[in-house]
Amino acid sequence: MEGFAPKASSYASQWDWFFFVLVTVSSIVVATVFVAIVHFSIRYRRGVNARREPVSETFSNRLEFSWTAGTALAFLAIFWWAAAFQLRDFVPPEGALQIHVIGKQWMWKIQQPNGVREIDEIHAPIGRPVQLIMTSEDVIHSMFLPALRLKQDVLPGRYTYLWFNADKPGVYHLFCAEFCGTSHSRMTGRFVLMTPTEYSRWSAAQPEADNLARQGQALFSSLGCSGCHSKSSSVPAPDLHGVFGNPVQLSDGRSIIADEAYIHDSIVLPEKDIVAGFAPIMPSFAGQVSEEQIIKLVAYIRSLSTERHP
Amino acid sequence: MSETVSAAEPGKAPEESEQCESYLEAGGHTLMSWLTTTDHKRIGILYAIAITFFFFIAGIAIGLVRLELMSPRGLFLSDDEYNRLFSLHGIVMVWFFLVPSIPATFGNFFLPLMIGAKDVAFPRLNLLSWYVYLLAAGFACYAIVAGGVDTGWTFYTPFSSLYSNGNVLAAAAGVFVAGFSSIATGVNFITTTHMLRAPGMTWFRLPLFVWAIYATSVVIVLATPILAMSLLLIIAERLFGLPVFNPNDGGDPILFQHLFWFYSHPAVYIMILPAMGVISEVFTCFARRHIFGYAMMIYAILGIAVIGFFVWGHHMFVSGESQFANLMFSLLSFLVAVPSAIKVFNWTATLYRGSISFEAPMVYAMGFVGLFTMGGLTGLFLASIPIDVHVTDTYFVVAHFHYIMVGGSVSAFFAALHFWWPKITGKLYSEAWARFAAVIMFLGFNSTFLPQYIMGYTGMPRRYHVYPPEFQAYHVLSSMGALVLLTAYMLPLVYLTWSLFHGKKAPANPWRATGLEWQTPSPPPEYNFEEIPRVDTLPYEYHPENQGGPFRPQGKVIGGK
Repeated sequence: MEGFAPKASSYASQWDWFFFVLVTVSSIVVATVFVAIVHFSIRYRRGVNARREPVSETFSNRLEFSWTAGTALAFLAIFWWAAAFQLRDFVPPEGALQIHVIGKQWMWKIQQPNGVREIDEIHAPIGRPVQLIMTSEDVIHSMFLPALRLKQDVLPGRYTYLWFNADKPGVYHLFCAEFCGTSHSRMTGRFVLMTPTEYSRWSAAQPEADNLARQGQALFSSLGCSGCHSKSSSVPAPDLHGVFGNPVQLSDGRSIIADEAYIHDSIVLPEKDIVAGFAPIMPSFAGQVSEEQIIKLVAYIRSLSTERHP
Repeated sequence: MSETVSAAEPGKAPEESEQCESYLEAGGHTLMSWLTTTDHKRIGILYAIAITFFFFIAGIAIGLVRLELMSPRGLFLSDDEYNRLFSLHGIVMVWFFLVPSIPATFGNFFLPLMIGAKDVAFPRLNLLSWYVYLLAAGFACYAIVAGGVDTGWTFYTPFSSLYSNGNVLAAAAGVFVAGFSSIATGVNFITTTHMLRAPGMTWFRLPLFVWAIYATSVVIVLATPILAMSLLLIIAERLFGLPVFNPNDGGDPILFQHLFWFYSHPAVYIMILPAMGVISEVFTCFARRHIFGYAMMIYAILGIAVIGFFVWGHHMFVSGESQFANLMFSLLSFLVAVPSAIKVFNWTATLYRGSISFEAPMVYAMGFVGLFTMGGLTGLFLASIPIDVHVTDTYFVVAHFHYIMVGGSVSAFFAALHFWWPKITGKLYSEAWARFAAVIMFLGFNSTFLPQYIMGYTGMPRRYHVYPPEFQAYHVLSSMGALVLLTAYMLPLVYLTWSLFHGKKAPANPWRATGLEWQTPSPPPEYNFEEIPRVDTLPYEYHPENQGGPFRPQGKVIGGK
C-alpha cells in the first residue's frame, strides 16, 4: 500500500489522465474568474477615475450569447469524452476469470472459481480479465477498489458486476463505500494482485480447493433439486442443460436471458418467472439456501451449458 | 420616472419616527406578541432564531466528528456514536437549517417588502408553517435525545427500513413533518408573488432575489411531496413490514434511492437558488451597476429549477442503474451546469465599469462566487460517469457539496444577513469585524475542505470512523480548518449581538440601494407601506457613470425615505 494514490491497471492510468485534464481545465476557469474579479475590483473601485458609461446592448447580448454557447459546447465535449471513456470498457471480454463476492454486515466473503473461500481478501491475477460477480446478504454495500479507480454497489437480491484487467502486482485497499451500519468503516480488506504463476501456486495451496461447480453439483442432489430437474424424473421440470446464458421463453410471453440473477430468483422466488409450458409447482428455497450455496448452484448450472452435453 | 435620489440624502436617519411605529414596537415586546404574530417580518425572525439554534447543534455534532477523525483509530467515540453524530449533522443541517435558511428568514422578511406588499398572501398560514417546523424539530430532537439515528441523512433502504437500530421512525417523522412546513411556505410565496405585486411591479421588474425565491418555492411545492411519500414508505416497512424495499419479499431497495433523489437533487437547488438571488442583489448594489444580463439571469434561474428535476440519477451511477440511464443523467447534469456557469459570468461582468466598494456584504458575496465556482466545477467531475465511479462516496463528494452548500449557501446567508441587518434591526454593526469574519470564514472554509478533495481522489471513503493511517495528514488539516471555520462562525454571533445593544442607529438606506425594501424606514413599520407604492422602473438602476451619483429607487414610498 505504498505511494500516493497507487494505480494497478492501465485503465487507472487513463482515468488519472482524464481526471488531471479536468483539474487543469477547472483551474484555468477558476483562475480566469479570479483574475477578472480582482482586475475589475482594482480598476473600478470606488473613487478611482475610470470609464463607466453603459456598455451597448448589442455588445452585452453578443457576450452573453457567446459565453452561453461556449460553455454549453465545452460541457458537451466533456460529456462526450467521459461517456466514450465509460462505454469503451463497459462489456467484459469473453473468458474472464469469475470471482464471486458476497457482502454482509460487516465482511466480504469471496469465492474463487476453484472453490477457495476468502474473507476480506481478494486474490486475483494480473494480465487477464477478472470479473467480480457480487451480491449482498443484507443491506447495500459497495465494492471499492481505489487502485483500479473502480466501484460498484453490491445489492441484496440482485447481482452486480465489475471487471478489470490489472497490470501491477501488489497489495491494495478494498473498501466498502456504501454506509452499511455500525462497523461500516471496518468492512475493509486487502486486494492482492499477483502474477499468474504466483496466483495459481497460491490457489492450489489453499486447503478447500475444489471445483465450485462440483460443490454445486453435490448441493444439487443433497437439496433435492435433482429429484425434479433430471431427465429421469416423473415431475415435469425444465431440463437445465444448455440453459445458462441463453434466452428462456416464459409463460407470460416474455423472454429472458438466463443469467446469475435469473437462476438466483428461480431458486428463491420461483413464481416470479415461470418457464413456458411448465406449471408453477416449484417450492421456494428462500431461507433454506444461503447466498454462498446459490453461487455454487449457479456455477453448476453454468457448467451444464459450457461442458457441451450431447 | 423623475425622482432620483442624490447620494447625500439617504444617509440621514428617518425623521418621522412618531408617525410610523416600527414592526418591533407595534404589537408590543411581550413573548406572546411574538408567538402569535402574523407579521411576515417577525415570523422571519422567529425562523432565524430557530435555524440558528439548529445550525449550532449540527455544528457541534460535526465538530466532535472532526475531532474524532484527528486519529485514524478514533479518539473517544464508539462506531455507533460516530455514525449517529454524522447522521445528526446531515439531517439537521439539511432540513432544519439549509432548506429553510434563506427562504424562511430573508424570503419571509423581504419578499413582501421587495414587491411592495403589506404582508404575504396567507399570514396565518405563514405562522402555522413556523409551528409545524417546531413540531418537526420536536421529533428530530426526540430522535437525538433518545439515542440518535444512524442512517446518514440519505436514509438508504433496506438499511433504514429493516436493519438500523437507531431512532429512524422519529427522525423520518421529523423530516416528513418539516416537509409540510416547507410546502406551506412555498405555497405562500408563490401566491404572494402572483397576487400581491405593487402596481407597475411587472414580472420583468422583479428583483432577482424575488425570482429566486419564487423559483425555489415552485421546486419546494413540486418536490417535497415525493420526499414525504418515500419517508412514509420507510415508516410503513419498518413499522408494519409492508414489503416495498425488502428484496426478500420482492421489494426493490433501489426504488428508494430514485424517490429520495427525485426530491433531494431538486433540494440542492432549493438550497442554492435563494443564495444566487442574494448574491445578485449584493453584487449590483456594491458595484453600483445594473446587473449584467438581467433577463438571462431570470432564464438561468428558471432553467436550473426545471432541469434540476431531471438529473437525480447522477447520484446513482454505481447503484446498478442501466448504462443508458447513466448516460442520460450524465448529459442532463452537464446541461444543468450551463445556467449556473452563466450566472457566475454575469456576476463577474456586473463588476465591469462599476464603482465598486467592499463593505462586509460584498466581501461575503465575493467569497461566495469563488467557492461556488470551485464547487460547481467539481460538479462537472461528478457528472462524468467514470470519474464519479471512483470518487462517489468518497471525501471528494463531501468536499464538492460542502463547497456548494456551505461555501455557497452559508456564505450567501451571511452576505444576506450583513446586507439586510441594518434594515431588519435598525442597527449598524462593526464594519471592520464583519469584514474580518468574512475573510476568516473564506480561509477557514478552504483549509477545511480543500484537503477533502485530495483525500477523496486518493480513495478515502466517506462516513468512515476508522481509516488507513495514510489519510491522517489530510484529516488533521481538515480538522484544523474546521476550528478556524468555527471561530469565524462565532464572530458574527458576537458582533451582531453587540450591535443590537450598542450599534449606531441605521439610516433607512445605508447602501443607497434601489429595492423597495430600502425605501421604508429602518426597521420597517408593521404593514411595510402606508400606501402601496407605484413601481415605474427596472430594478438596479444605479448610475455609476456619474461617480457616486444618483440612483433611481424602484418606487417612491410614502412615509418612508
